Amino acid sequence: MKVLVAVKRVVDYNVKVRPKADGSDVDIANVKMSINPFCEIAVEEAVRLKEKGVVSEIVAVSMGSKQCQEQIRTALALGADRGILVEADAELQPLAVAKCLKAIVEKEEPQMVILGKQSIDGDNNQTGQMLGALTGMGQGTFASEVVVEGEAVKVTREIDGGLQTVELKLPAIVTTDLRLNEPRYASLPNIMKAKKKPLDITTPDELGVDITPRTKTLKVEPPAERQAGIKVADVAELVEKLKNEAKVI
Amino acid sequence: MSILIIAEHDNAELKGATLNTIAAAKAIGGDINVLVAGAGCAAVADAAAKADGVTKILLADNAAYEHQLAENVAKLVADLGKDYGHILAPATTNGKNMLPRAAALLDVQPISDIVTVESADTFKRPIYAGNVIATVQSSDAIKVISVRITAFDAVAAEGGSAAVESVDITDDAGISSFVGEELAKSDRPELTAASVVISGGRGMQNGENFELLYKLADKLGAAVGASRAAVDAGFVPNDMQVGQTGKIVAPDLYIAVGISGAIQHLAGMKDSKVIVAINKDEEAPIFSVADYGLVADLFEAIPEFETKL
Repeated sequence: MKVLVAVKRVVDYNVKVRPKADGSDVDIANVKMSINPFCEIAVEEAVRLKEKGVVSEIVAVSMGSKQCQEQIRTALALGADRGILVEADAELQPLAVAKCLKAIVEKEEPQMVILGKQSIDGDNNQTGQMLGALTGMGQGTFASEVVVEGEAVKVTREIDGGLQTVELKLPAIVTTDLRLNEPRYASLPNIMKAKKKPLDITTPDELGVDITPRTKTLKVEPPAERQAGIKVADVAELVEKLKNEAKVI
Repeated sequence: MSILIIAEHDNAELKGATLNTIAAAKAIGGDINVLVAGAGCAAVADAAAKADGVTKILLADNAAYEHQLAENVAKLVADLGKDYGHILAPATTNGKNMLPRAAALLDVQPISDIVTVESADTFKRPIYAGNVIATVQSSDAIKVISVRITAFDAVAAEGGSAAVESVDITDDAGISSFVGEELAKSDRPELTAASVVISGGRGMQNGENFELLYKLADKLGAAVGASRAAVDAGFVPNDMQVGQTGKIVAPDLYIAVGISGAIQHLAGMKDSKVIVAINKDEEAPIFSVADYGLVADLFEAIPEFETKL
């Protein structure tokens, strides 16, 4: 079966970003960009399913600026077969991304779409669920285990009290949690091979999707700064301070 | 305009997260209705009816909603939500799973994890693991919003007297089914609602050593959490994880034991009132946010802490 994997280009998770001085936006000029960690797990899962013989073709999709090609190439080096870039320079919000993905799903007709559960920049945790609604597919969000059984997929999900397993009819949507797998590193030969794999470029217009933002960011600011407190000498002093100064125990 | 809140519950009990979400709705202002969707959940509806500030409970008691499958509940929420100005749910795993699906059915861009209400259409929410706070304004006719429960004080659970109205809609999409669940059992308070939280990190070295934290937690009436490092190393189950990708907590007292203080972890706990760090590495980043820091070997400090209480 065919699997579609969505990958996002985001600021590398090690970088601590700051708002611009005028509060108009986050300062990401000259910052290291990477594939979103949850998307990397999504690619890895698709590749493992292919290695098990469950999946025959993996299509990696990304949306945004021309530079997103780098992240698609990363997915191709990890084992995806071909890529699609939906090129747009305007801001893409999750609803718009889900609509573009829906258009691609209609064209490609994958049996499964795997996405990360959230991107570490917007922290929205929305796109997979919205794609589920638009395509009418079932959703297995926050997945820590994915087992394909015939015409269905069993997904074990991380929920607040522990784990929950649901069964979804295929085609279905899966969004990945961190514990689903440990992504591999791309080898140099695979990186070289990835350069020759096909990468199609389209636009939201060609897909017939209106990407006009529905929410407007009025301002970004740093969170209230927490000041470092004091160091106590020993446990006795710590307990004394918590009892008498902070009054929390 | 009226506000529809999706109740968090397990068919037997209304969860506290619902009361925090009602508080956010009160900040927006308007008539507040609460939807209780589940199976055999009449008691939950009765509990919700007593919450302060609620005017009406919509009870959708149907086998299709028993396990809160997003495919079914989102459809119900979208059907009922058309007549509301705002639809709110707590940003729990249930809320995060269902709400964006309902929003897409309504052709609305949802707003996740709000921490303040600026006005009926403008909200603040953290992005980039809480390193940036964004003020966002929605132009959608229906505002679909998940609420960070630690950012709003719960309304009183008693005192209200809302009417309970049954909803006769069955939305069973038939594309998903519940297979089973494995819930971690604990006598300690729930992590996100506890007033004291003790968390262990990689420095705990193994799962058995968490026993030290459990003992201290029992004396303090605290919940026990963990860093992602401790979860990934298999010391404790992952529903104990505090951080950007785990649970967000804001207790009165947070005690971080053997946790370095990575950005991912800080995103989940830095709004705690008082933070204590116990770590033998005096350069650990956790000390830059701790009110009280103790540079010590946790294997000596924790038992001593316990005896001194």
